[in-house]
Amino acid sequence: MGTAELAGVEVVDLASTPLRELNRRLHEPADGVRTWRILNPNGAHAVACGLDSEIDVEIEGHVGYYCAGMNKLGTVHVHGNAGTGLAENLMSGAVIVDGSASQSAGASGHGGLLVVHGDASARCGISMKGIDIVVRGSVGHLSAFMAQTGRLVVCGDAGEALGDSIYEARLYVHGEVAGLGSDCIEKELRDEHVAELSELLARAGVDDIEPREFRRYGSARQLYNFKVDNAAAY
Amino acid sequence: MSNGDWHPGLRESYLYDRNVIAEIQRASREGIYDIRGFGAKRRLPHFDDLLFLGASVSRYPLEGYRERCDTDVALGTRFAKNPLELKIPVTIAGMSFGALSAPAKEALGRGASEVGTATTTGDGGMTEEERTHSKTLVYQVLPSRYGLNPDDLRRADAIEIVVGQGAKPGGGGMLLGHKISDRVAAMRALPKAIDQRSACRHPDWTGPDDLEIKIHELREITDWEKPIFVKIGATRTYYDVQLAVKAGADVIVVDGMQGGTAATQDVFIEHVGIPTLPATRLAVQALQELDMHRKVQLVISGGIRTGADVAKALALGADAVSIGTAALISLGDNSPEYDDEYRKIGSASGFYDDWQAGRDPAGISTQDDELSARLDPVLGGRRIANYLRVLTLEAQTLARACGKSHVHNLEPEDLVALTVEAAAMAGVPLAGTDWIPGLRSG
Repeated sequence: MGTAELAGVEVVDLASTPLRELNRRLHEPADGVRTWRILNPNGAHAVACGLDSEIDVEIEGHVGYYCAGMNKLGTVHVHGNAGTGLAENLMSGAVIVDGSASQSAGASGHGGLLVVHGDASARCGISMKGIDIVVRGSVGHLSAFMAQTGRLVVCGDAGEALGDSIYEARLYVHGEVAGLGSDCIEKELRDEHVAELSELLARAGVDDIEPREFRRYGSARQLYNFKVDNAAAY
Repeated sequence: MSNGDWHPGLRESYLYDRNVIAEIQRASREGIYDIRGFGAKRRLPHFDDLLFLGASVSRYPLEGYRERCDTDVALGTRFAKNPLELKIPVTIAGMSFGALSAPAKEALGRGASEVGTATTTGDGGMTEEERTHSKTLVYQVLPSRYGLNPDDLRRADAIEIVVGQGAKPGGGGMLLGHKISDRVAAMRALPKAIDQRSACRHPDWTGPDDLEIKIHELREITDWEKPIFVKIGATRTYYDVQLAVKAGADVIVVDGMQGGTAATQDVFIEHVGIPTLPATRLAVQALQELDMHRKVQLVISGGIRTGADVAKALALGADAVSIGTAALISLGDNSPEYDDEYRKIGSASGFYDDWQAGRDPAGISTQDDELSARLDPVLGGRRIANYLRVLTLEAQTLARACGKSHVHNLEPEDLVALTVEAAAMAGVPLAGTDWIPGLRSG
């Protein structure tokens, strides 16, 4: 049996229920069903993508590409690892991953909160447009590439070319930064930044790191308009 | 110096003509490459180099004013629940709000809707004007993802994943700061007045295997209702088309190097990509070898100006064509009406290509409120509808002359080439011969 209902919780077993059937039902949830529990995802792609209502989805295992893609309003919790493009273009709501995430986590996200309790790979937060991302571990190279707005918090280390060609996003890193990308510089961590960092860490459930130990990075705003004198930076 | 000023002894260099000399001098003054709009201006093999063989003794023509020649086309019949059903095989190509003014986008929607065809969004997302006035609207998913959101994805009629465009395959976009109004900045989540760069690569996929999964995700988000187009700039067209089919595209859009752009380096526009003519033949060949011709629809763009271009593209195997630059000219771009004003900004009607500058006297490629207000979207829409009707009537005229009761019944056998180059690129015989250069036998 692919589906069972337990005390208001809709349980769907992807070992026996087609992904299409799951996503169709998540897009138009039956009245009164606010919580879903997904069993045996087994690395399936596009699980719980395109949610458009305030439902909670608990995924018991690893997921493939684009889990919770374009999520709006929903809360998706992956009790495992996630593949490429986790929560891409996130609009609102929250996506939480207990394990690690592959590349492009939170890519082009417009809003909402993404929490990765393990590590995130390359291009975490690429082209972010308002999303908040908290990574308990480290992030790979080219994270926050062309990041427009929003906040990326890295409790571990950051790889090469962090914040390359960054616009107005704010980056916070607790560990080492292997290198900054073009036009990304370290900036002063002021009280207002500590306050927003504290709030982000609290929302992500991270309570064992002192916010004042982070370093802040952002745009030098030197490449916003093309100047021939900056040609070497391009 | 005009040609009238020439006198014996003045000999212009072929290699260093006046344009080359002027560009070297400009580059030396300004220290930055030339950025402009429009498309390739160099002479390229094109549909003009092909001719139709009208019916005669061996073929039976259709009466031009009496017998039907249908023009309808369905796009997206492979997987989508709701394919696009268009009355004519000419659509409006993707052009962004930002690059174009709001009245221009509205006019394109009005005109296309009047004749039963589709328009396409562009970098920067969907505006209310174009959704309201476009009965059928294709929503682009571009590398920048500016303005991309699931609500607009669901209210679109089709989705187009843009891998590249003919004017700049391999390049990203740019929208210079003077076109970044408050509204454009807000839609793109970027500060006002900065030079906006659009990424050249998608942020969350990197190859054909990823693209297949990306298409699957978009289908899941939209419950498999919308046709999914994949747009590629013409380069390695044969392979790109086959990979797009393998990735699951419903429709493939191939944009040749004559395709227009709002702002790109001149060196990019003129020196990257292949012309629309060989790209069309390569795309059709790729589909035929996969037995997917007519199952995955092919839309051709890049320098489509006349009904003859439409008919020739269809005869080579395209299902539809798309127009961009020609649509802007139809709206009023480069109109003699504004010649004095073009001259004030260093150009002239018929030559204006500074679409990146935001000072368009015709109110099309601008975000300036005063200039934009010059374009009446109702009048502009009527011009677009007229122009689309003429393209269609011309294509029908040629199809009937070849004895075809539907424009899709045109075929390569109806064509010959005027030049050896065009014969080789299009895969049709040089006129008066049975010679197709490059055709391997045995």
